This record gives sequence, C-alpha cells and structure tokens, in this order.
Amino acid sequence: MMSHKAATPGHTPEHAAFLHAAVRRTRLVFAAQAALLILFFALWEGLARAGIIDAFIFSQPTRVIAGAQGLLAAGRLWQHLGATLGMTLLGFALSSIFGIAIAVALWWNEFLRKVLDPYLVMFNSMPKTALAPVIIVMFGTNYRSVLITAILTSIIVTIMNMLQAFLEVQHEKIKLVYTFGGTKLQTLTKVVLPASVPSIFNTLRINIGLSFIGVVVGEFLVANVGLGFLIIYGSQIFRMDWVMLSILLLMLMAVGLYRAVAWLERASRHYN
Amino acid sequence: MGYVLELKNIGMNFHDAQGETIAVDDVSFGVSRGEFVSIVGPSGCGKSTLLSIISGMVKPSRGECTIGGTPVSAGGKTHSTVGYMLQSDHLFEWRTIMGNVRLGLEVRKDLTPASLTACENLLSRYGLAEFRDHRPSQLSGGMRQRAALIRTLAIDPAILLLDEPFSALDFQTRLHVTDDISTIIRKEGRTAVLVTHDISEAVSVSDRVIVLSKRPSRILNIHSVGLSDAETPPIKAREHPSFRKHFNTIWKELEG
Repeated sequence: MMSHKAATPGHTPEHAAFLHAAVRRTRLVFAAQAALLILFFALWEGLARAGIIDAFIFSQPTRVIAGAQGLLAAGRLWQHLGATLGMTLLGFALSSIFGIAIAVALWWNEFLRKVLDPYLVMFNSMPKTALAPVIIVMFGTNYRSVLITAILTSIIVTIMNMLQAFLEVQHEKIKLVYTFGGTKLQTLTKVVLPASVPSIFNTLRINIGLSFIGVVVGEFLVANVGLGFLIIYGSQIFRMDWVMLSILLLMLMAVGLYRAVAWLERASRHYN
Repeated sequence: MGYVLELKNIGMNFHDAQGETIAVDDVSFGVSRGEFVSIVGPSGCGKSTLLSIISGMVKPSRGECTIGGTPVSAGGKTHSTVGYMLQSDHLFEWRTIMGNVRLGLEVRKDLTPASLTACENLLSRYGLAEFRDHRPSQLSGGMRQRAALIRTLAIDPAILLLDEPFSALDFQTRLHVTDDISTIIRKEGRTAVLVTHDISEAVSVSDRVIVLSKRPSRILNIHSVGLSDAETPPIKAREHPSFRKHFNTIWKELEG
C-alpha cells in the first residue's frame, strides 16, 4: 500500500527540496508572527511617546513594565495572578466534575432528561453573567460568589455537550454489552464513558475558557484581589498600566490553560 | 435426539402510537447440538427479533424458548450460554485486540487465568496472536471479524447467534470472511443460528435453512441443505450441483 512512497524521507533530491521548502515556510510564518507582535508594541510605545495617543488613557509598554515591577516589588502581582488562576482552576474542576456527573444522571434517566430538556436549553442560551449580580445578593460579596459565577458560566455547556456525546454513542455498541448479559452500569463504564473521552476533552477545553470568563466577571463585581479586580480598580483610579498589564496577563493565562488541557489530552492518549 | 435450542409457538407484538403490530406470529423450530441453522426472510420480518428472544434480551409476547431444556427468561442466567454477533464487529478502538476479546469475560465477571488462557489460545489458533496488542483500526476487515468472533467464543457459548454479521463488508471480503468464520465455527463444533437476507449465504453455510414469511412472520419451510462442513468451506459449497436448486426453491418461496 505504501509502495508509491519513497522509503526514507529526503531520499531523493526532489523530496529533499520539498522538505526544505516546507521548513522555510514554517520559519517564515513564525518570523512574521514575531514581527507583528514587536511592531504592535513598538507602535504603541512610539505613538504614546510622540503624543499622538494619550499615554494617560492608552498607557504604553514601558509604563506597563514599570507598573508590573511596582506590583512585583509590593508582592501584589503574584497575589492577583494566583487568585485568578486558583479560582479558575477550582471553578473548572467543580463544574467539570458536577457537569459530567449531571450528564451521566440525565443519560441514565430518560424521564429526568425529558423533563429538564427545555430548562437546559433555556438556561444555556441566556448569558450566565447576567446572573452574577443576583449571585452576589444571594451569596454575599466574597469568593463564594466568584466561584459560583465561574461554575454557572461553564456547567450548562458541560452538561449539554457531555449528554449529547453520551447519547450519540452507537446503540449497537451498547447492545454488545447487553449481549454478554451486562448491566446498565456496565454499558456506562465499558462503552459510554470510554467512547466519550474525545468529547470529554473537547468539553474541558471549552469549559476552562468559560470558567475563566466567569471568574473575571465575578472579580469585576466583588473581589478585592485578582486580575479582574485589578482591571476595575485600575480603571477607576486611572492606573491604565495596571489595566493593560492585567489584560496581557489574562491573555497569557488563557493560552496557558488551553495548552494545559491539550497536554492533558495528549498524555491521556499516550496512556491509552 | 433432543434439541439444544427449541422455540415453541413464539409470537411477538410491537406497540407504538399507531397501534399494535404482530411482528412474529407463530414460530416453532429446534436446533441440534453442533448444527448450523440459517433463518432467511424479507427485511422487517422479525428475524433479528427472534435472535433477541433467544438471547433473552427481549421477552416474547407468546410462546416459550428453551436452551438445553431451561427456559430463557429476559435478563436471566441463560445469557451465559448464548454468544451474539452483531451486524458489524463493534470492536472498541480504545481497547487493544486482547482487550476487546476479553470484554465479554469482564462484563460477566469471569476473568480467570483459565478463561484468559483460552482467549490467548483462540487468538493464536486463528492467527491473531501477533496482533493482540494492536488497535482494531490496524487490522483488516477480515481480521476484525475474526477478533469479533473470538470475543464471542471467549465466553464459551453453547449457541452462537449471528445477526447478519458480515453485512457491513463489501461483497468480495464478505465471501472470504463468511468462509473464514463458518470454518472456525465448524472446527470449534459450535451450534450456530445465522440470520440473513442473503439466500446464497444461507444455502452455502447451513445445515438447514428456515424460510420466514413476510410480517407477521411464520415459517414457510425448512430445508435440509448441508453443503458445507468443517472440510468444505462455503465457497466450495457454492459450486455444488444442488446449490442452485436450493437457491431457486427458497427464492420462489420468498417471492410468494
């Protein structure tokens, strides 16, 4: 079947040239990406220095760095970072565990599933962050409210995605377990859950992003620590360097969290 | 001689919003130990329903089904004596071939050194030993069917139920796989009931062919065929002079 392929890559001069060009293209893309980033910050700094944009409003990279150093010296930077990261991970873990557990319950019980279906659809389509003020009234201005906002933001999508994945498992595969005299619990553990592993990771990837949004919104409203808090506080006292710093850190953190889930997925595939 | 499997006046009704449908009207037959019996009939005539009843997964509306003299009760212990092969192999991609083969033993909580050794023996006897740690997707269609059969044989069933097990394969592969699987079943001396809508398949593999009518299904006729055995594979049986005669008779019966 492989006979039309050369045994070793780069064996023929033509193929070597092809590989060389491919490597060059990849490098070129990377170089262009780096250049774009540098250009953005240089332009930002340059425009601010030239007075074309107001550095008081838009801040500027050197001010952001100075702001970061100040926070670092005061020992506050890690506190803010840690609070947001910790809350996000906690919210993510809780909404993943409970979301998957609820999805299992709904898969198990058709009556429950049918009863709750319209409510899930309704709840899924509403912007969950609209509930944040209500949560604060109910649970107080503390970290419980931040956590609950994070969980509410991500759990419904987790439930819906996982339930759909469970229900899409081929009926015949489930029947196979029954042909061996299996129980419903065995169809869950031997077929439905293992078959849904790819969907579980897809859901986790969405979930981590949503928990992150929930935490930041929660911090906007109630926290006195965390990057969300720093954005609101900074904007109120016109420390735009803090605001911009927080946004940059949020971006980095989002990428890091997404990568962590992707890594987890690869690790699990190896394990399998 | 007594039958290992016996169906007496089996009837099955299905219910939906439109009303009640009689799928199986009145079906009685017996299968002897080591016999290979096929059930043919038009699609939707309740062939698969009969297998579900024999396996105990579905309770018939009327009649009685016994295996080795004991009645099959839905969800009961008789599962231990029935092995079921579905329309496609349904090997789990998240398990290795060995992992798939031992699924039935796991489900039945029967993982013993002896039963595992039996699995290994089946794998090596039928040329899959070197693939025991491979993923199903790394195997050809024919080897996957073998693995699926070994998974079914691993629980040491008294009766094998084959529900159009090769219908997902292309014609060429299908002929070879049918040969392969039926030869294994013959060599292992298993009792098998095959459901199919392919008359030539039924005639080439079976000792007897049971012809079912359209819904509500009844038995139209039972033919003694016996063109293949452990030495004569189904492809050879197709060359037998009486193959065409059996085929034509059954075809005319089904045409009504």
